[in-house]
Amino acid sequence: MSTRQVGEKVQRVEDPRLLTGNGRYLDDLGQGALQAAFVRSPHAHARITDIDVTDALDVDGVEGIYTYEDLDGRTGETLPVLIPHPSLTHPRTGHCLARDVVKHVGEAVVMVVARDRYLAEDACARIRVSYEPLPVVVGVEQARSGGHRVHDDVPDNVAAHLVQEVGDVEAALAAAPNTLTLELDIERSASMPLEGKGVYARWDTDDGSLRLYSSTQTSTGVRAAVAAKLGMPLAKVEVVTPDVGGGFGVKIVHPWPEEVLVPWAARRLGRDVKWTEDRREHFVSSSHERGQLQQVTVGFDDDGRLLGLDVRFWHDNGAYTPYGVIVPIITATQLLGPYKPGAYRVEWWSLYTNTVLVTPYRGAGRPQGCYAMERTMDAIAAHLGLDRAEVRSRNFIQPEEMPYDQGLMFQDGRPLRYDSGDFPASLAKLKALVGWDDFAAYRALAEREGRRVGIGIGCYVEGTGVGPYEGGVVQVETSGRVNVATGLTTQGQSHQTAFAQIVADELGVPMADVHVTTGDTRRMAYAVGTFASRGAVMSGNAVALAARVVRAKALRIAADALEVSPDDLDIADGVIAVKGAPGTSIDLKTVAVLSNPLRYAFDTSAQAATQFAGTFDPEKPPVADDDEPGLEGQDFYSPTQATFANGMHAAVVETDPVTAEIRILRYCVVHDCGTMVNPMVVEGQVHGGVAQGVGGALYERMVYDESGQLLNASFMDFLMPYATEVPHIETDHLETPSPLNPLGIKGAGEAGTIPVTAVIASALEDAEGFPIRSMPISPSELWELRLAHASDTAAPQEGSP
Amino acid sequence: MSEPVTEQLIEITLRVNGVPRTAAAPARRLLSDFLRHDLGLTGTHVGCEHGVCGACTVLLDGDPVRSCLLFAVTARGHEITTIEGIGDDPAALSPVQQAFVECHGLQCGFCTPGFVTTITAYLDEHPDPTPEQAREAVSGNLCRCTGYQNIVRSVLRAAEIRRERAGGDDR
Repeated sequence: MSTRQVGEKVQRVEDPRLLTGNGRYLDDLGQGALQAAFVRSPHAHARITDIDVTDALDVDGVEGIYTYEDLDGRTGETLPVLIPHPSLTHPRTGHCLARDVVKHVGEAVVMVVARDRYLAEDACARIRVSYEPLPVVVGVEQARSGGHRVHDDVPDNVAAHLVQEVGDVEAALAAAPNTLTLELDIERSASMPLEGKGVYARWDTDDGSLRLYSSTQTSTGVRAAVAAKLGMPLAKVEVVTPDVGGGFGVKIVHPWPEEVLVPWAARRLGRDVKWTEDRREHFVSSSHERGQLQQVTVGFDDDGRLLGLDVRFWHDNGAYTPYGVIVPIITATQLLGPYKPGAYRVEWWSLYTNTVLVTPYRGAGRPQGCYAMERTMDAIAAHLGLDRAEVRSRNFIQPEEMPYDQGLMFQDGRPLRYDSGDFPASLAKLKALVGWDDFAAYRALAEREGRRVGIGIGCYVEGTGVGPYEGGVVQVETSGRVNVATGLTTQGQSHQTAFAQIVADELGVPMADVHVTTGDTRRMAYAVGTFASRGAVMSGNAVALAARVVRAKALRIAADALEVSPDDLDIADGVIAVKGAPGTSIDLKTVAVLSNPLRYAFDTSAQAATQFAGTFDPEKPPVADDDEPGLEGQDFYSPTQATFANGMHAAVVETDPVTAEIRILRYCVVHDCGTMVNPMVVEGQVHGGVAQGVGGALYERMVYDESGQLLNASFMDFLMPYATEVPHIETDHLETPSPLNPLGIKGAGEAGTIPVTAVIASALEDAEGFPIRSMPISPSELWELRLAHASDTAAPQEGSP
Repeated sequence: MSEPVTEQLIEITLRVNGVPRTAAAPARRLLSDFLRHDLGLTGTHVGCEHGVCGACTVLLDGDPVRSCLLFAVTARGHEITTIEGIGDDPAALSPVQQAFVECHGLQCGFCTPGFVTTITAYLDEHPDPTPEQAREAVSGNLCRCTGYQNIVRSVLRAAEIRRERAGGDDR
């Protein structure tokens, strides 16, 4: 077992438990707790004129019915603006229960707590809320036209506006021999984890404390926010994240209204209370992402090299901005991908609409940015008659130019400075994998069979592992069991395995002895959360550093016991031995015993640490001044900046010449996330990311009507891909270690999703021979485009002025 | 509309994983909720409550059904098999469960019990599927994490493990 674990396809520790019904997700907890249900607004924008709960009071088993008027103290205040930003001049957030006016369908208006969910919903059905409808704003076009307002005091519906510029774009465009302008459109989708949100509050009336379980991506964030809202000392609130059935971004937002209301009601009632989100609730009261209108003007030379890039986009942020403007900031910065843009200016507006709020969903603004940039690359190639891969290659940042500073501020408030990457090598791998240079022959063959095929490509850079920090605690018990805790949460990323691999290597113990806990504020009170592909980078390095602290301490104690120098010792398989003299050794678990001087022996092994056992220096205290009892260590990893992973995808699509049905024949991925802790897990993350990308490219959209009703708020109508829609994914990897952290890791979680929309658009454009400027695209939309282009005059032509 | 609402409870006895189980529940109790909340078998998960995602799939007399689309009372007289009945011991996995471990067929694990029950029933009738058939077999269940590729591999691997175990190699 002393073989190195990091870098191996280690099978997952968590699987046997999850496969046998022994997982514990939020709704599996709290059997017997009271259950909450909500009356939610059926209107996108309306004034509440009356709430009549009389009939609901008759429902057997109802324990409490609450409206805004019942909320006391800070629970009645607006929800926090989590990430303020200077550009966010008009942040607006809702209340836990709507106060006077509702701003989107699904906003919570009344909370009912009852003996079970069925009864709570019975009561909800008997509550009559009267509304006076107000004018509704849906979609970017309507929001920016400035007619109606979502918030009375926000002119033109503009929550935020920002201009960033590097170099002189106007001069660069004026001097460029070629310019093109593209108008682009990308629609909303959503994280849509199979498990919705959920909250379970255990109120301890005896000591006035709260244990809160939430299906969240940040337990420490929820803890701080709930303690503040309920006016409780942090010391009386603990938050535990159970098994989480997927997150993909939506669960990083906090506190959701229910995360405040459920513990608030539990305290008020002196009872345990639980709420489990149902699917319709998730559609209309969680969050969405992606919707943007974009305008790109690009200047380039006759070789296709970028001279100037001028981007404007309008971002639909929904009704509120609790998560600030992270998504448009990421679009604006990560749009640049692996390229040198020449002069660059980006200007964006984040706009209110009477729709579900918009917060990061896997990719978090990058899919939109990548789409804008890659559509532009294809347009340049088409304009100049050049190979699309070649145009990209000519604009790449070269390996010898790393680290490369794009001159912009990234989402963490730090420079957008790429730490490493070898883009030409990645492209070479991708071209070989997909057979880029042989595609013309394949196309000709297909054409002879009456088939229509196309190939597409997309490249991206992903800033991963943003700070500020994560921590790790490693503790060796006298049994030899190694407990590892880190504060960020887990929702499918294999943390119990990956972090155990890292600690097993660093400490020199068998994997089977290592037990990892995440997302539990009782075990690690300082943490940020799981988002931005940061889990492995941040907590992976934190647990490695903590394990190194423990290792050093173990060697020091063992050296004393064996009367050798620590430098002569090594740890393998849980045994500390003199190098070259394996007979002279001591078990790590025995060192754990010795590390904690005892008065009372709790078992026979513990006798070795008691006061009459062995010899000691009577002039020294049992625990040295600069030491602590126990074989335990803690450390934090806090980087100066993000690491930058990158990748390139290519797809081969076939479109039916008659029906315009779209099939993805091949999907190829080359990915570079630095050192891979577990290649099997990285591969799995890529697969899942691509699948969500395919959904966003071809199937998923949020269909709002003009009154702000979400028409497809079910899995029947929101078309998440099944196995039959997701292609077989072929992958190849580069490992360019990050110089920024001890393990050389870059994040991998979101990468697969980022370029898919761009790649599919590229491939469809290649197959069809006309520009694709709006995504996602359905067969019927493609068919309409064919008609339009057949009649020629329809689409605006792009070309040099 | 304003008469007091009180629920009549019915004694419901089902055979679940080979054992008769009884609990009092109203007639409208969904089978999924009955299994989870009345019998404490929380391995069956609920992802959509409208029969699309398949996370709640259990076997009814050996056939996959969506337990969110059945009332518990209608399952009287039938044999229900949940994920716990396929195998509830992490140290003694069924062929399908073992295949999921080997092929990284799950990430968050929420949809997984529905896949395992579905695939278990499928392999009983189609012990040697092709890759295309394996993909088709899981095409009624949603997974948001894996992209399905490793689930398809798991189906094929599970078929192998079944043959290996049937061949006398019981490990």
